[in-house]
Amino acid sequence: MIELVLAATAPSESAVHIDWLSVFRFAGSLISLAAGLFFVLAGTIGVIRLPDFYTRLHAAGMTDTLGAELILLALMFQSGFSQMTLKLVLVAIFLLITSPTATHAVAHAAHEAGLKPLLGPYKAPEVDEGT
Amino acid sequence: MHDPHVLLRVISKFLIPIIALFALYVQFHGDYGPGGGFQAGVILAASVILYALIFGLDAAKKAFPPSWVRIGMTIGVLLYGGTGVVTWLLGGEYLNYSVLAHEASHGQHYGILAVELGVLVTVTTVMIAIFYAFGSRQPETDERDW
Repeated sequence: MIELVLAATAPSESAVHIDWLSVFRFAGSLISLAAGLFFVLAGTIGVIRLPDFYTRLHAAGMTDTLGAELILLALMFQSGFSQMTLKLVLVAIFLLITSPTATHAVAHAAHEAGLKPLLGPYKAPEVDEGT
Repeated sequence: MHDPHVLLRVISKFLIPIIALFALYVQFHGDYGPGGGFQAGVILAASVILYALIFGLDAAKKAFPPSWVRIGMTIGVLLYGGTGVVTWLLGGEYLNYSVLAHEASHGQHYGILAVELGVLVTVTTVMIAIFYAFGSRQPETDERDW
């Protein structure tokens, strides 16, 4: 990939052939991998920092759906048109169906058990600096 | 009629056949990659157990009767051991699949297929038997408790 970019910027020959499909594949997989990692990281921090059960469940559900789906999309870009991509599409579809269902089941069970969500303004406690 | 678990029931109805199909994929992919009889049996049993969790133990016992469990456990072991006995009778060692067909590689293929089928049947039924045994011990959890 780096050689391709260098060849594109080098002014030596006028007719430099650039494989645009692999450039787009690389860029797409890089962007969606970065976005997926952002959502996974946000979900992880949310599970630790958010105040009550329902908000933490929201963060965990975000990790399961958006984060995992975007990482799967990045893998699909990497594997190209192959049998592996078909398998990844199936994994993505089932993850898209099952993980919100699991989140719903957990939230519903908590609601039925009588857990009240935390309402009103909330200020996160100060981070312990480790004195 | 208000059903508190309509979402779970709809999703499970959609997913249970696909789980069973995936079990068969794992079963027959065992010759070429990761997978095989044990894993496929566990996945197939998981589909029945999911049905029991969502629709109740009585419905699951109607769909997969406990008599099938008893029959399946013995049939699977018989299939495994019987393959070995057949190779014995054909002149090879116990579970030497090479004598099952004219060509040794074909015989290996048939033999591993039969043995894996036996493992699938036994593991599926034993998993379901364990679940039925635990699930039948006490009255089911109340609908409003989960």
